[in-house]
Amino acid sequence: MTSSSSKNSRYISSLFVVRKKRGDHLFYGLVIGAAAYTLLMVGLVGFSVTRGSVDIFLAEGIEFVFQSNWNAVEGREAFGAFPYIIGTLLSSAIAMLSSAIAMAIGVPISLGIAIFISEIAPPRIGTPLSFITELLAAVPSIIYGLWALFVFRFWVRDLIEKPLYDAFGGSIPFFAKTPFGLDIFTAGIVLAIMIIPIISSICREVMRVVPDSQREAAYSLGATRWETVRMAVFPYVKSGIVGAAMLGLGRAVGETILVTMVIGNVIGPSAIPTSFFSQGQTLASLVANEFNEASSDLHLSALIALGAILLVLTMGINVVARLLVKKKIKVSSGAKSQ
Amino acid sequence: MTSYSSSNKNYSKILHETVTKNYKKRMIINKLVTVFTIVCVIAAIIPLGSILLEVVKNGASAISFEFLTQPQGSIGSGRGGVGPAIQGTIIVVGLASLIAAPVGVLAGIYLSEFAKEGMFANSVRFFNDVLTGLPSIVIGIVGYVIIVLSIGSFSVFAGAVSLSIIMIPIVVRVTEETLKVVPFSLREAGHSLGISKAKITLSIVLPSAKNGILTGIVLAISRIAGETAPLIMTILGTSLFFTGITGPVDALPLRIWRLASQPYESAHAFGWGSALVLILMILAMSVGLRFLAQRRSFKAAF
Repeated sequence: MTSSSSKNSRYISSLFVVRKKRGDHLFYGLVIGAAAYTLLMVGLVGFSVTRGSVDIFLAEGIEFVFQSNWNAVEGREAFGAFPYIIGTLLSSAIAMLSSAIAMAIGVPISLGIAIFISEIAPPRIGTPLSFITELLAAVPSIIYGLWALFVFRFWVRDLIEKPLYDAFGGSIPFFAKTPFGLDIFTAGIVLAIMIIPIISSICREVMRVVPDSQREAAYSLGATRWETVRMAVFPYVKSGIVGAAMLGLGRAVGETILVTMVIGNVIGPSAIPTSFFSQGQTLASLVANEFNEASSDLHLSALIALGAILLVLTMGINVVARLLVKKKIKVSSGAKSQ
Repeated sequence: MTSYSSSNKNYSKILHETVTKNYKKRMIINKLVTVFTIVCVIAAIIPLGSILLEVVKNGASAISFEFLTQPQGSIGSGRGGVGPAIQGTIIVVGLASLIAAPVGVLAGIYLSEFAKEGMFANSVRFFNDVLTGLPSIVIGIVGYVIIVLSIGSFSVFAGAVSLSIIMIPIVVRVTEETLKVVPFSLREAGHSLGISKAKITLSIVLPSAKNGILTGIVLAISRIAGETAPLIMTILGTSLFFTGITGPVDALPLRIWRLASQPYESAHAFGWGSALVLILMILAMSVGLRFLAQRRSFKAAF
């Protein structure tokens, strides 16, 4: 709909405006330059992880990927990524699961809050609420981590994990380990709590831009409030909501410090999780923990190489997720376009 | 629902019945959705309220003039403060925002106003999404390899560049999404007056999307203000004040992380205090920006 009217207006303006103004060219140069800059950043990411990890691959070759020892002591240096690759593949499955938990809890609640604030609540309640969600969206993950470490993990352990353990601990292996509060399950729930205000404040902002005439048209046909939201508001903001959810997912998957603070940080083969309540270790947190203590260039290079492997894995996950989402949008928006 | 004042009782009764049959179901669904959204709000407020409560409760007792201005005393002593961390956060985040906000908004304008389709625009959009999904620790590696290794020391500049890489894709995405919903008739009105495209974008489209973009920028700044992982690899963290753009510096999230892992009660109290300071800084920025935006539009309305 918009693209055809855009073509029209471009055609019309090409009839009447003979000379393009100089400012236009300058502005075009600026915006396309900014767009190119984002591509340059991606190039820099690729360059620097390759450059940083080249030492370890020169020293150990492809062996780096298949060796198991990890020793930074001088003279006995040995770096192998194999257990961590296995650990990452396993824990990224868990991470996806915990992100899935986070998304499954987070998205409907966020959407509900956004609808309540922008469509249902009177301004007297909606305005302070929207202010609070915005404030909470601005609370950094390190503070969620601090709160989770000193307060929330006891709630999770006593109110959720212990009852689950008592009920299913013997029968279902997912709930087998004695709950401790610092584990994969807690990490997933804290991630969900963290992304709720982020998603809902973006959704609310997108809903607010929908012209009121759309709502008035629906109301004038006798639609209830929910029907107005469903028929007049949602079609407008669908891509915005998906975008907000993707931002939330990106935030949950890419989170390092919050997860490091609550996931338990085990090193070695025991980092491979066997239940929801087992402590884990993400690749990112291993890099974060050892980076400043790196004793040699080779150790540093090995850590960066772990980052490179992580980069490849997350990009793969992201691309797959994006393709899935795109397919769904195309199908669902087929009826309304043009 | 019962406000029919028709004189024909029979007709009104039939109409009433047909309408109410469906009407009741629709009203019930409407009520259910309303209740659901209220439940969502309450479910979210409990943990989120607890965060604010704990931070204020534990943080307020740690904050003093000494805490805000002095460097840290010896470990576990509970003396000194987080002055260098506050200063470092302002410098690094400010510098990163100065790089990322203009670049992000301009790139968003490019995607929404100049190139909806096409190879270049689509690859910008795709790689922008890829950047959004990168773990922040990988961004830290970029700052380390590109800048720290070439300068030869951990530096403010490396931290700012790393944080700007995290911030840019968020700003781009929010700008594009917000500009997309601006009604096309506004642009057509501009075109019909013969105004140049740059002028239409800058003085018609951008102002009407201003609030959305500002929210996005505030979200992005608050996101990078709390980033810890890339800072470990770029600014290192020190107990000294700012020495120069090529020297190391401290930052609040980094300080909180280190304090939380120390086994001292006093360190934890300092952590809560730093958390409160960080939240207050972000809140002040967010309220300030909002106030500015509202005052401008208020002026424009008259």
